[in-house]
Amino acid sequence: MGHTMIEKIIAHNVGREVNPGDIVTVDVDYVMLDDIMMPFIVSKFKEMGFSKVWDTEKVVIICDHLVPASQVDDTRAYHISCDFAAEQGIKNLHRSDGICHQLMTEAGYVKPGHVVFGTDSHTTTYGCVGAFSSGIGYTEMASILGTGQLWIRVPSTIKVNITGKLPSNVMSKDVILKVIGDLTAAGATYKALEFTGDTVENMSVSSRMTMTNMAIEAGAKCGLFAPDEKTAEYCDIELDDFQKNLKGDDDAVYEKVINYRAEDFVPVMAVPSNVDHCVPISEIGDVKVDQVFLGSCTNGRLEDLMAAADILKGKKIAPFVRFIVTPASRKVYTEALKNGTLDILLDAGADITHPSCGLCCGRTGGILTDGEVVVATNNRNFLGRMGTNKVNIYLASPKSAAMSALTGKISAAV
Amino acid sequence: MGKIFRFYKDVDTDQIIASQYLLFPTFDEMKVHTFESLDPEFASKVKPGDFVVADENFGCGSSREQAPSVLKALGVKAVIAKSFARIFYRNSINIGLPVIICKELYDEVKAGDEMELNMEEGTITTGGKTFSCTKLPENLQKILDEGGLLASLDKED
Repeated sequence: MGHTMIEKIIAHNVGREVNPGDIVTVDVDYVMLDDIMMPFIVSKFKEMGFSKVWDTEKVVIICDHLVPASQVDDTRAYHISCDFAAEQGIKNLHRSDGICHQLMTEAGYVKPGHVVFGTDSHTTTYGCVGAFSSGIGYTEMASILGTGQLWIRVPSTIKVNITGKLPSNVMSKDVILKVIGDLTAAGATYKALEFTGDTVENMSVSSRMTMTNMAIEAGAKCGLFAPDEKTAEYCDIELDDFQKNLKGDDDAVYEKVINYRAEDFVPVMAVPSNVDHCVPISEIGDVKVDQVFLGSCTNGRLEDLMAAADILKGKKIAPFVRFIVTPASRKVYTEALKNGTLDILLDAGADITHPSCGLCCGRTGGILTDGEVVVATNNRNFLGRMGTNKVNIYLASPKSAAMSALTGKISAAV
Repeated sequence: MGKIFRFYKDVDTDQIIASQYLLFPTFDEMKVHTFESLDPEFASKVKPGDFVVADENFGCGSSREQAPSVLKALGVKAVIAKSFARIFYRNSINIGLPVIICKELYDEVKAGDEMELNMEEGTITTGGKTFSCTKLPENLQKILDEGGLLASLDKED
């Protein structure tokens, strides 16, 4: 009998065949520790009696939620991060290079077939290159730091198969919002999502990242794309035999297979205040927009910024809209600067910020107040996430966000 | 007996404890902001031994372990929901907060009702009715009984 992608990754890791429901202990290839959890991780690590991390090469510490600091105590997390790295001899320390989930693949750590855990729920992102990655709490992270291992239950898999050509105003963000809307916020809890079909094969790795990033919003343990030539190029590797074979077998057992025709997708938004509350933009009606946020580990990459620039070239955003653009990483920032994308966005009226988590988690620049509306390209519209609990957050693709900034009301690109 | 605080479905971790409080140095300082966006008075009303009862998918969203930790710090005896989000569930066991799956209870109770939980038997009693709830696997119950993963590992040593 064949196996799904997640079963193959875990089997490769533990050295024997596995099936959904099996409890196994995996050897961890990388861990990602973000600044906001570092004070807790370090304290638990010491409380557990560990003195040295199991492998300094496999630990990546990334300051992204709290740089530059916005509250008086924030730099404490920065110092704890840097001090722990120095004390342990950890070289993989990013003081201010961008968002953790962007850097884990962009900076060359995660490769197809790896098993990775991070202290952030959007750790599911690295499935974009065919890695099994998932979020955990800081107690378990401290335990991995000491032992290099974690117990997991092998999840069953839901296959999401998409074929055909997407309409030009639809991005992978619209696709994943629709999938989450159909699955619901708990529809994939404890399960793996496997994305297949020629539509996703034709997507860039960046577009795939948007989808795996949001797999958690349906409750999934991970989201996965089979590695291909694009993955190999992005990761700067040649796929080995294991990686080449890393796709669901034809006779694998799936819990469910959901089929979509790409032509049926339309621009959508997740309307306040649930990610699975997905509505076609054409049905949202007349909603005035106070602010637009283009950024985050979901949609802060070069292709996202360029998609927005394409719409805004030579134009000005609505005069009352605050338009905040936060590149996902220093590399994205530099590339967008060099190819003229930032010029276009600046001329259109955008505020370009430093690369970081920024507004997404409501911790830095751009928080909103009662009654305001923000169209945002990130992954969560939870109550109170970007300011007060009376802020209305609409999640959208970069194209829809740019169009909304231009018109000053909720709009889809044409 | 403890009092029921009732919440709906898909309660996310941002609502349990918002990101601006995550770095407060102690859980005592953090816990007063628990459920602030949903019920600003929750932290002052809840007493040790009380229960949180919710619909499906409790604790969805971020991986913040602070979410079960503030509930535990307030003395919440257990969270009983129709289902839990994966990371919240793992985190709760690891810090020693009982998380109990019960499909029927939510629709049968209202906020302020009193209930009793018997984890060994896997039963909940309220308003003269008894509901069965999922018993934890033995290894997880052991972690809980000993006060969480850390305490449990200490005992193994």
